[in-house]
Amino acid sequence: MARAFADEVRVIAEQYPESRSAVMPALRIAQERHGGWLPPEALEEVAEALDLTPAYCKGVATFYDMFHLEPVGRRLVEVCTNICCGLRGAQDVLAAFESELGVRPGETTPDGAFTLRAVECIGGCGWPTVVAIDDRHRLNVSAADVPQIVQELRDE
Amino acid sequence: MSDVIVLAGADERDLTQLAEYRAVGGYAQLERARGLEPAAIIEELNTANLRGRGGAFFPAGRKMQFIPSKEQIPKPHYVCVNADESEPGTFKDREIMNMVPHRLIEGSLIAAYAIDSQHVFIYIRGEYLDPFESLRAALDEVRDADLLGGVTVVLHRGAGAYICGEESGLLESLEGKRGQARSRPPFPAVSGLYASPTLINNVETIATIPKILELGGAEYAKIGAPPDSTGTRLFCVSGNVVKGGNYELPMGISMREVIYDLAGGIPDGRELKAVVPGGSSMPILTADQIDVPLDHDALRALDTFLGAAAVIVIDDRACMVQLGLRVAQFYMHESCGKCTPCREGTRWMVQLLEAIEAGDATHSQLDLLLDVCDRILGKCLCPLGDAAALPVASYVVKFRDEFRAHVDQGGCPFGGESSLEGLFAPVDQHAHHPVVEEGVPA
Repeated sequence: MARAFADEVRVIAEQYPESRSAVMPALRIAQERHGGWLPPEALEEVAEALDLTPAYCKGVATFYDMFHLEPVGRRLVEVCTNICCGLRGAQDVLAAFESELGVRPGETTPDGAFTLRAVECIGGCGWPTVVAIDDRHRLNVSAADVPQIVQELRDE
Repeated sequence: MSDVIVLAGADERDLTQLAEYRAVGGYAQLERARGLEPAAIIEELNTANLRGRGGAFFPAGRKMQFIPSKEQIPKPHYVCVNADESEPGTFKDREIMNMVPHRLIEGSLIAAYAIDSQHVFIYIRGEYLDPFESLRAALDEVRDADLLGGVTVVLHRGAGAYICGEESGLLESLEGKRGQARSRPPFPAVSGLYASPTLINNVETIATIPKILELGGAEYAKIGAPPDSTGTRLFCVSGNVVKGGNYELPMGISMREVIYDLAGGIPDGRELKAVVPGGSSMPILTADQIDVPLDHDALRALDTFLGAAAVIVIDDRACMVQLGLRVAQFYMHESCGKCTPCREGTRWMVQLLEAIEAGDATHSQLDLLLDVCDRILGKCLCPLGDAAALPVASYVVKFRDEFRAHVDQGGCPFGGESSLEGLFAPVDQHAHHPVVEEGVPA
């Protein structure tokens, strides 16, 4: 497994004049392989594959919102709460997810099924509220849509 | 002449497909460009007066002319396409990559030829999964059709950091580092990616190039509001309007037309209160200023900017202190933490705005807030600090009475009824630098 990962990272690194440029793609792949977050061993694998130190890799990972250094749920539900969605009721959408999932923003459900996050603008401002579910954007989401969305996700 | 340039043809055909894109003349300009002198291509862009669409409005041709020759600097030259669209209110590059990915790739390859580069990097924000997949599929087609001409095109995904839309943060990130701003000079044209000459342009700028070559620079320059604001923009309309979305329109159209004729006006029988013309980092306009033509010079005359052409419409339900607080929280969260005025200044702004909103501030703290903004403006390594200070200062100046009312009434005059009430700022979910608890500045 670790070998396959290192090979995959090496192929990506070859696209760049300097292999360190592959640290973000490598962290992304490592995160996918480790259930959506980066435990210490994931950082070690990335470091090993790119001849960096785990501390360096952690330094990079902590800079970016999409790298998770703590466990997350199997599904990631992210609600935009920046100004454009906020002008159109993102607060209610977030509250509806909190109520349906029974967690606060930043928390994971006890069964490990969902992590709910509020996020900064994800670039769908003309179609509020924007909700990203595992990075797929749902547009024009209203609070009334939320119970059905959660039910669909539970059924999948 | 049709005034749709960047998205031309996308209404009638599925231009994500190479065959369809070729059917509307796609890649013909790349082929033609490769038979021209690079200088002739740059001259055409100068004649068109193409300006940067990422917000800075810098002449695109002149930027290319800053790139030294291979004799002057014998290193690889790089093209970086900035697809890290993250400014709140902006969602046009998403549309371009979803609808006309080939036009972006064609433009990138023409730009690479114009500066004698064999390497294109497209830095796309991590949150844009669909646009990434659209570009990747288009790039696979281009590779299979042997159109790359020896140029490598790498799609590099970001991972959630607004600062990486700033050119030096983008370069740091692309080099595999934390995306912190660099001090300049040296500028990227001379010492950019891997300390080599680098051209960085926004997606929309690059995607305009094929059509400029097709029409000719002189014809293109007739569109919009010449001489400075030539061509079209994808106006991203959001906020309190009936029909939000992207509208590709010639520059110079009035804000009123955009809001009322195209976007259907303000819903729910509410009144227009204010409009942000170019994205969350731009100074605000009041409702009586919306007859302004949306071009660079007209907005400069009103002390604001067209920026990334993101029109955020705000109705009379919104509390301007809450707007300022949420905007300041965003920039505080996204500050890379490298330079002091931005890192500390945005935090001071947030603390003061929290105090004002809570009714705990004095009148002198309104002036202190403006003073903090002034101590950020023009004093940072990159424009992020300005992006926080400029808009918030404009809210205080233009809506001073509303700010004063918070002080006088000891709380928000909207009494919990503002449309922005309780908007959650995810600042404590993930900080780019350690958050230190501090008291409210006196």
